[in-house]
Amino acid sequence: MSTEVQPLVNAEATPKKKSSSGSLRILQYIGFRLVLLFLTVVVGVYLTILIANMGGFVDQIMRGQIRERITLQVQMNRTYDTLTPEARSKLTSEMIAVEEDRLGLNQPFAIRSFRYLKNALTLDLGRSLNMTSDTGSKQVRLIILERLPPTLVLFGASNLLLFFSSLYIALALSRKYGSFMDKLLIGLSPLSSVPAWFYGIFLILIFAAMLRWLPFGGMVDAPPPETTIGYILSLLKHMILPVFAWMLSSIFLNIYGWRTFFLIYSSEDYVEMAKMKGVTDRELERKYILRPTLPNIITAFAFVLIGLWGGAIITETVFNWPGLGQAYYHAVGLYDTPVVVGITVIYAYLYALTFFFLDFIYALVDPRVKVGSSGN
Amino acid sequence: MKALKNAFREILRYPAAVGGLVILFLLIVAAISAMIFIPYDEAISLWRGDEAVVYTNPKAVPPAWMNFFTSEKLPVTQVINSVDSPKVERVVEPHSDGTTDITLTYTFDFEYDRFYPEMVLYFDTTFDTKQPFVAIRWVTPDGTEIRVADIGVDRSLSYRFAQDDKLTRRLGGEVAEIGLFKVPDSDPPVPQKGTYQMRLEGLTFEPDSTIEAELVMYGMVHGLAGTDHLRRDLLTPLLWGIPIALSFGLVASLGISILGMAIAAVGVWYGGWIDEVIQRITEVNLVLPFLPILIMIGTFYNRSIWLMLGVTILLSIFGGQVKQNRAIFLQIKETTYVEAAKAYGASDMRIIFLYLIPRIIPVIIPALVAGIPGFVFLEAALAVLGLGDPVLPTWGKVINDASNNGALFRGLYYWVLEPAALLALTGLAFAMLGFSLDRVFNPRLREA
Repeated sequence: MSTEVQPLVNAEATPKKKSSSGSLRILQYIGFRLVLLFLTVVVGVYLTILIANMGGFVDQIMRGQIRERITLQVQMNRTYDTLTPEARSKLTSEMIAVEEDRLGLNQPFAIRSFRYLKNALTLDLGRSLNMTSDTGSKQVRLIILERLPPTLVLFGASNLLLFFSSLYIALALSRKYGSFMDKLLIGLSPLSSVPAWFYGIFLILIFAAMLRWLPFGGMVDAPPPETTIGYILSLLKHMILPVFAWMLSSIFLNIYGWRTFFLIYSSEDYVEMAKMKGVTDRELERKYILRPTLPNIITAFAFVLIGLWGGAIITETVFNWPGLGQAYYHAVGLYDTPVVVGITVIYAYLYALTFFFLDFIYALVDPRVKVGSSGN
Repeated sequence: MKALKNAFREILRYPAAVGGLVILFLLIVAAISAMIFIPYDEAISLWRGDEAVVYTNPKAVPPAWMNFFTSEKLPVTQVINSVDSPKVERVVEPHSDGTTDITLTYTFDFEYDRFYPEMVLYFDTTFDTKQPFVAIRWVTPDGTEIRVADIGVDRSLSYRFAQDDKLTRRLGGEVAEIGLFKVPDSDPPVPQKGTYQMRLEGLTFEPDSTIEAELVMYGMVHGLAGTDHLRRDLLTPLLWGIPIALSFGLVASLGISILGMAIAAVGVWYGGWIDEVIQRITEVNLVLPFLPILIMIGTFYNRSIWLMLGVTILLSIFGGQVKQNRAIFLQIKETTYVEAAKAYGASDMRIIFLYLIPRIIPVIIPALVAGIPGFVFLEAALAVLGLGDPVLPTWGKVINDASNNGALFRGLYYWVLEPAALLALTGLAFAMLGFSLDRVFNPRLREA
């Protein structure tokens, strides 16, 4: 899931009815907020289940596949050669019935969809239909857990690097507003209209195909190096291009956004006042510019973190990176609804939880904000 | 009107905007001329790549203008058809016994530094029962005559020079494409430049029997854009990709901006449960996985580009921008002139469309323009995932074909670079224009 993270997201709290006493009001607010977010997750996940099954259409595809597979299985099996055609077709239909029963296809989809929903919401992810993990397991939980580390390594590194470097550069630029560097980096911001996978193709063309310096894709050399150090070096070598592509596609716009944001804050009267008092530059940046913008920085950071979940389908495909994004894509191709729903429901929960906690974090870092009061 | 003129003059002060506008203008001109000169049906047929349409094109070769940049000139495709080519001289000599001598002499120049990779002679003969007989002779620039083959020709025979083992043996073990063109006794073989002749000495046995033959020498470079693995000329998808990409991006961005704006305006103006419902839908929408849903619909249902466009719009109108627009509308709602409109009894619709929405347009337009590249690349991304439109020629499909056929690995860079350059150009043009518009319409950013 490549959620575009706007650096200046302003998570606004829902306007609340004015009620009297403090803690009761907060409790009420928390309860209300939780219920609302949970409902959001329920509806979102249910819609995903409906879409992932095409409203039951996938059932027909699966029924067809089962019929084809079992008919073939019976035909190919030598031991059934002695059976009469009637007995064989009876056996075939019995086997089909068993298989349909195993996959739950004999229940109407409308009923099954709610069972799927319940299982998904209780994070009982169940077993996949077609996909297996590299260790041979069909448990969705294990498939996800196996694909999670590659995604976390790649996009964790990319996003953290991106986040902190753009913050740092933006702060420096906002202090040197109008300088050559400032104008240059702002002028480059349209480059961010090009997505990471696209830069990826160019980088592969230059550094893998023409120069042969770096690998075309994948996560480690094949066969994987024996030693841990060798493994890490190989991993790093494979990470250079995707990380670079990811950075290129976002960094200029991120710098632009943060710089404009910091500029607005550095023209506040209290900053001018502090400058006149002779506060040092570092102090000014830390206490007078970064401190009041902390809520926005935290929000953006939170979205960066949940954006890690699911990786990025196309970037992972272009670089052949064995992460969650690719798993998601393969799951769709194999009609593997449990895997699709499993990845989605975890994302939905992460999203909802982030939204929920942001309110409290705001109240913690910004004394002007009170939990449950209107955000703006 | 005057304000619009001023805004336009203001925009021209930004070099980025002028650059973007120039690129866009060129793209639109190219798009229109593509649609005029290669009509839709023809484009589709060229892109489907039926054997009859593409058989004279070489397989996966770079564009012909590559020769300008290399000292070594690569051979360009030559197609010489005895039916209409002036390079063929025809001598017909009927005999009294009903047989006819038909001699076709093909004369052509060869001025390249490499050999042709593939040569085929496509015969097209007519006869009732007894097939004509043809002797193929080859004359090199230094006057040497080589016996190529003596064959009876069926109605539509394709004579592939390289597959004639007897000829290969006669040429001293060298495959015909090299053996026929090399300087005698050169090792490694060097192409001999000059004027070549191929003579077909045909003998027909029936009065109405005819012999026609098309000599196709497949080049190592081809046309303005090169060809792909199915011998299709890449010019078609590159040119037709422009109107498709532009219209997809424009329609998606326009639809999402306008609908998103209307939804936010309605929500803010009516407030209450309508606003509440809109906000809840927005939140549900944020939880839904956008790209996977598009992939699922493409996999399960239909990969038509128009369906994708519809789903994209549907999934985006309740996106993050509704929240942004809502915040702005909430401020506008409190202004005095809206108060005044209420006081004189303006209808709800009148207030929404004539008082609220016009105020937000300066914010919407730059976002709309800057949002277009995202959708252009989305369309390409779907194609790269193998979910491109099954019928239409698009840039993304070219990239997808290229990567499926290992273009980068095999060094066929043009195959990826041409569609990629067009994509990047389109994206940058809209982005540069959008960013400049943002500064023109929102002066606060300029000061900051």
